[in-house]
Amino acid sequence: MQEFLQYLFSGITNGAIYAVIALGFSTLYSATDLINFAQGEFVMLGALLLMTLWTQVSMPLWAAFPLAVLLVAAVGMVFDRVAIKTVKKPSPILLVLITVGASILFRGGAMLLWGKHSYSVPAFSSISAVEIGGAYLFPQSLWILGVVLVLVAGLNLFYHRTLTGKAMQAVAINKQAAELLGVASRKMTLLAWGLAAGLGAVAGVIISPITMSAYDMGTMLGLKGFCAAMLGGLGNFWGAVVGGVLLGLTEAMGVGYVSSSLKDAIAFLLLLLILYAKPTGILGKASSHRF
Amino acid sequence: MLEIRNLKCYYGRIRALSGVSLSVDQGEVVSLIGANGSGKSTLLTAISGLLPGWRGELLFEGESLAGLPPQEVVARGISMVPEGRLIFGALSVMDNLRLGAYLRIRKRDHFGVRQDLDKVLSIFPVLKERAGQDAGTLSGGEQQMLAIGRALMAKPRLLLLDEPSMGLAPKVVKQIFSTLSMLRDEGLTILVVEQNAQAALAVADRGYVLETGRMVLTGRAADLLEDEEVKRAYLGKDYAQFTEGRA
Repeated sequence: MQEFLQYLFSGITNGAIYAVIALGFSTLYSATDLINFAQGEFVMLGALLLMTLWTQVSMPLWAAFPLAVLLVAAVGMVFDRVAIKTVKKPSPILLVLITVGASILFRGGAMLLWGKHSYSVPAFSSISAVEIGGAYLFPQSLWILGVVLVLVAGLNLFYHRTLTGKAMQAVAINKQAAELLGVASRKMTLLAWGLAAGLGAVAGVIISPITMSAYDMGTMLGLKGFCAAMLGGLGNFWGAVVGGVLLGLTEAMGVGYVSSSLKDAIAFLLLLLILYAKPTGILGKASSHRF
Repeated sequence: MLEIRNLKCYYGRIRALSGVSLSVDQGEVVSLIGANGSGKSTLLTAISGLLPGWRGELLFEGESLAGLPPQEVVARGISMVPEGRLIFGALSVMDNLRLGAYLRIRKRDHFGVRQDLDKVLSIFPVLKERAGQDAGTLSGGEQQMLAIGRALMAKPRLLLLDEPSMGLAPKVVKQIFSTLSMLRDEGLTILVVEQNAQAALAVADRGYVLETGRMVLTGRAADLLEDEEVKRAYLGKDYAQFTEGRA
């Protein structure tokens, strides 16, 4: 029981992070039909920027956190303007390849800026771990869950309660029809890039105290987030959340009860299974409902 | 109000319209009829700003529409009901209507939007009943009404409609077109593109006939309805009716 609880805590914590990365994938995919393979690099940039701003520049956490996220969101938007919008004949495969190229570029740039070291940052609060039924719940896990809950609620409000959120959905459903109503689809695409990159950065920021941050951390996290998004149904809002938590839990249980060498294999096993059994994902429907 | 002179449109290197002229006066309903592939829809997409790169002259209220993106065309007062309706199926009926007023809500014209919403819902009471439903659950006719209502929410002075009768039962088509003539009576100017020449000419003041990118005929709608060529090609009259007594 004690073991199970411990695996549960770590599974939900990791799952929440995968969920945020998956939300980044889904936000961009639903607005632009594009899978961004540089999403993991936004996570890495978020983590390393927080480390620099918080521990090296000595900014307070409450300022360093949002600043790191805004900076990465700006990187995402600049990337859209410079590398995606300028493509003369955009075909899906070409754009996906551009994002793959961008991921290599971001990784290389980060290596030049931060070197090949791994960095660590302290936990957001210095309270010691709480013991529940013999298992330990770390305060950073609560931070992560809290931030993710606020994000999910905020995004949900954005999509369902604001005109801009609805306009973004409209562009996702039918770009031409949305343009005919006066919605500038280019602006919505730009906004989607900012949102997706910002979401990646949030994941990087909240994960940085429980892992070592380095220039190459994004690849695996990006792939895990992609698995989570596919698992729940790419482009589906709640699918990303469900997929992330499910992946985190499966991973934690697999590591705990089977073998720790399985950790990364589990994500890809799940991905293969879902592609084989239900390619639209758990919550993905053939119907027109996206969010 | 709308003045088109010598309009040429291209899809890549293919010319879809080869020098078309057309005019719509304030308060008129004008029908543009023609078969599949005659270039009717191309004309509307050029006006709405979705098909850049046309040549010729396109004037709305005396000002050129050249180089304007769709949102600027909407802002000038031209709304289009696209072919196939293109409603947002995953959003509610009410959200679809509110998105129609996107630019006006952005400009904080909340009072005007509220008024027009009430007006649209009184023109199409069925949309009021279904306000909270996903638009995708509506029937074809209801979706067409929603598409028209959505376009009206932008408070256009000129309404463009692309094949509003497509895929609808005759009774519903009648209803849609009688709504159009009611809107005209309230002062709206309308340009409607149709394959269903009978329905389109019945409510129109004037008509144009387009064939493979060229304007072949124009005149008062009532005259076009009686025109032998139009009858044969677009009104689906039995060929025997024409040959009889001609020998």
